[in-house]
Amino acid sequence: MQATFRIRRFNPESESLASYDQDYVLETEPSDTVLDGLIKIREAIDESLTLRCSCRGSICGSCGMRINGQATLACKTKVISMISDGGTLHIEPMKNMPVIKDLVTDMEGFWEKIRKVQPWLQPKGPEPKAEYVASLESMDHLTGVMGCIMCGVCVSDCTVLEVDRNFLGPAALAKAYRFVADPRDGHAKTRLFALNTPGGMWGCTRCMECVEVCPKGVGAMDRIMALRAKGMEQHVPSTCGSRHAEVFADIIRQKGVLDEPMLAVRTFGLGNIPQLLSFIPTMIQAFKRGKVPKIWIFHRAIPGIRSIQRLYKKVRELN
Amino acid sequence: MKYAFFPGCVSKGGCPELYQSIMQVYPKLGIELEEMMTASCTGAGVLQEKDQKLGDVLNARTFALAEQRGLPIMTICSTCQGVMSQANLRLKSDPKYLAEVNHILAEERLTYRGTTNIRHFVWILLEDVGEQAIQQAVTRPLTGLRAAPFYGCYLQRPTEALGFDEQPSRAQSLETVIRLLGAEVVDFPGKSQCCGLPILTINERNSLMMVANHTSDAKNHGADVMVTPCPLCHLNLDGMQSKAANQQSTTINLPVLHLPQLLGLAMGLDSKSLGLHRNLVSPGSVLEKVGVEF
Repeated sequence: MQATFRIRRFNPESESLASYDQDYVLETEPSDTVLDGLIKIREAIDESLTLRCSCRGSICGSCGMRINGQATLACKTKVISMISDGGTLHIEPMKNMPVIKDLVTDMEGFWEKIRKVQPWLQPKGPEPKAEYVASLESMDHLTGVMGCIMCGVCVSDCTVLEVDRNFLGPAALAKAYRFVADPRDGHAKTRLFALNTPGGMWGCTRCMECVEVCPKGVGAMDRIMALRAKGMEQHVPSTCGSRHAEVFADIIRQKGVLDEPMLAVRTFGLGNIPQLLSFIPTMIQAFKRGKVPKIWIFHRAIPGIRSIQRLYKKVRELN
Repeated sequence: MKYAFFPGCVSKGGCPELYQSIMQVYPKLGIELEEMMTASCTGAGVLQEKDQKLGDVLNARTFALAEQRGLPIMTICSTCQGVMSQANLRLKSDPKYLAEVNHILAEERLTYRGTTNIRHFVWILLEDVGEQAIQQAVTRPLTGLRAAPFYGCYLQRPTEALGFDEQPSRAQSLETVIRLLGAEVVDFPGKSQCCGLPILTINERNSLMMVANHTSDAKNHGADVMVTPCPLCHLNLDGMQSKAANQQSTTINLPVLHLPQLLGLAMGLDSKSLGLHRNLVSPGSVLEKVGVEF
């Protein structure tokens, strides 16, 4: 099958310092991965093409890149699964990290954030005579997150990192969860308090990009949600993030449906009046346009609210 | 084509023009709706942060109510759709979990057997109403209008729960509908990304930057209008656009329409009946382009 590899090139030693696309046309076998194609190009067509790769088996996490607009591992992506005969593959370096050359990105920022969550076991109490023991059941739910190969694919496509480089990001937060939820670790609460700061666990938008692109099924966003739940259980100091979730749940219990102004007022709280006031111009505009329905002023519960309240009670009793 | 209609909280709250416009549009497409008056909020992914099982129980209650009526559910919100699809997948793929949830529902004399099909209006348009019927309903083709789609995360991911394997056309459903209405699709990288609303009260700066980036990007790609099947995205992209532009010291002014509003314009409905006067970014330029009085 003929395929065009349209590769985003960048050479830091060139005079223009601008990236550009370069096309390579090659014959590929049905079994060829995108990485196979890139290696063919480097070996037979253009030895200046720069990429990072090693195991070719989705284990080392070296060949993360964006293929047709989505970050993935080149060694895990078959050419035939992306294009038909004569088609074009768009290959770019990962986003949200500086490009060193062509498809090679600087991962230092990635590792710095991983180090920030202290990714090592910190047990409490006297050391056991042999190894720290944990039951299979207590570790079973961590196998998915322990499968992370640190490829950076989730970080590349994180929509929050696009606008805020201070956000810890999905890989570091998933790694933090791996230790918070480890029964042998003795510092879960300290870790959760550290994650309860700006750039931490409440910064995620729940967009699920990290879940969708992860080549190993780590489900980083789900781990971030689990961190939030654990944080609320452990009574981390209240933030707009935790209040938003607590108040949302309480409003549904009271009314069955969302009361948006009440959610905003109670989320910001009395300690955040300036931020609440900053929404007033938008509210006035909405009111003038007739976007503020009567339901906001006389917000009533849905018919059947007693059923919702009984279910809340029952689920909480079972928890 | 009869459905149990799940309007969602926002079409009855912050985006009344969405409820208004869907009410105008659906009868013209051969659709019958029975509104689920006693259904609760899906939890929108927020309740699930606190207690996923509670969210699943509330959604299973909604599914059971529709099942009792023998009707599939129609949503008009990407977030409602995504959250319900994920809950339905968890319930249907784990009989033990479904039994646990049914044990809780038993006190309400409800059982969910796992047969309820939940679909967004944009999917129903293509899968049930059909391209031919949509084209027949178009009396005022939106020729010359350049529309940028904006899906909302929950209508794009996770693809397994959303049934993209069985219905691959869902990934491009909004583009297909825009074309059927006679408008031109403006493709831009942000169409499947997050609008920023979930973090508006948590990190306003980041949320508004997402609004500014997506609306500016669509405009720079030549869009006259952005169209979304998600009222939560609309709250941020339309409602907060002016604040987002101020933050970035720029002007954007890109009208953002709900999908039924765009559909209604192509069906010859007037702007008032579609609630277009309620959109915060004036849709005047769009109406002028398609020859409708504002």
